[in-house]
Amino acid sequence: MGLSAITVLGAARPGVVAEVTSVFTRYGANIEDSAMTLLGGHVAMMLLVSGRVPPASAFPGMTVTAAEAGRGHGCEQSGLGYVLTAHGPDRPGIVSAVSGVLTAAGGVITGMTTRLCGALYVMIADVRLPPEADVAEAMRRLAAAGAGLGCEITFRPAEAEVL
Amino acid sequence: MFGTAQLLGVLASGVSRQLIGAPHPVLTTRALPVDPVDPGVVAAAADLLATMRRSGHCMGLAAPQIGLGWRLLSVDVSRHPRTRSCAGEFVMANPRLVSASRWERAREGCLSVPGITGDVSRATRITVRGEHPGSGAPVTVHADAFEARCIQHQLDHLDGVLFLDHVTGTRSVHHGARERCDR
Repeated sequence: MGLSAITVLGAARPGVVAEVTSVFTRYGANIEDSAMTLLGGHVAMMLLVSGRVPPASAFPGMTVTAAEAGRGHGCEQSGLGYVLTAHGPDRPGIVSAVSGVLTAAGGVITGMTTRLCGALYVMIADVRLPPEADVAEAMRRLAAAGAGLGCEITFRPAEAEVL
Repeated sequence: MFGTAQLLGVLASGVSRQLIGAPHPVLTTRALPVDPVDPGVVAAAADLLATMRRSGHCMGLAAPQIGLGWRLLSVDVSRHPRTRSCAGEFVMANPRLVSASRWERAREGCLSVPGITGDVSRATRITVRGEHPGSGAPVTVHADAFEARCIQHQLDHLDGVLFLDHVTGTRSVHHGARERCDR
């Protein structure tokens, strides 16, 4: 069955998730993976959906995009998992500097959250590094990038609690 | 050295200080050991207690949160519903973790990081040793559950570490109350 990557953006309001997902149910589509968040009064959803994709007109008031998605194209499962935290004064360039170091180390950011709390800027990222990556060198470069931006950066193995 | 009555008087007469919020260098710098019988340290311990008492639902504070890079912490979890062990209100100089076991993940926040909370894995059984401000007498606290979490959070502050440095991933960060810190 075909797989589609769908994004849904719109104003956050009570019931919006039920509203959007009921459309997929009505069209017989199956939501396989999804992520949803609220940002500044907006709701953002990204869904991997198998089956028939509803037309954008089925989501009134929402901005919807859809693209074909293949299976097994993700890279998030390869390599070793780490969690990165950066926090410090809000200033431009923190995310790009940090992500640049990770990219140079062969890393992939598989998830990211940033928050501005008053004067404090916080970035948390889930990262995958290839097994052959020089983690110590990446950490040195992250520390240098953080020092240049007045940020504290920690980079640690992700916990896996497999029971 | 203070006499007992004098010491109790000093520790009860602290002045509530302004809470420091991140970003601030004092919150990301390792705090320095103190002389527990130094009158300035005893006064700071009293201020820490006074600030903790004033700060509503505050269950613990570390000296860096009132702008002092000293190894002092205060804790009082007696009003928290998840409290099991409870040493009551106490303040400790130069605390150090000497044993820790049984890690569990739970959500926590910080008066110095308003507006955000995070899931952090911490030991639920700990032993902490330190010194009593004023007398300099050794103090040992065995704590579990919420009290253990609270003490470890304060110990992190003394090492210049915020709970943000321990969150378990992007999905472990949550919105929290935007309140408390004075700056």
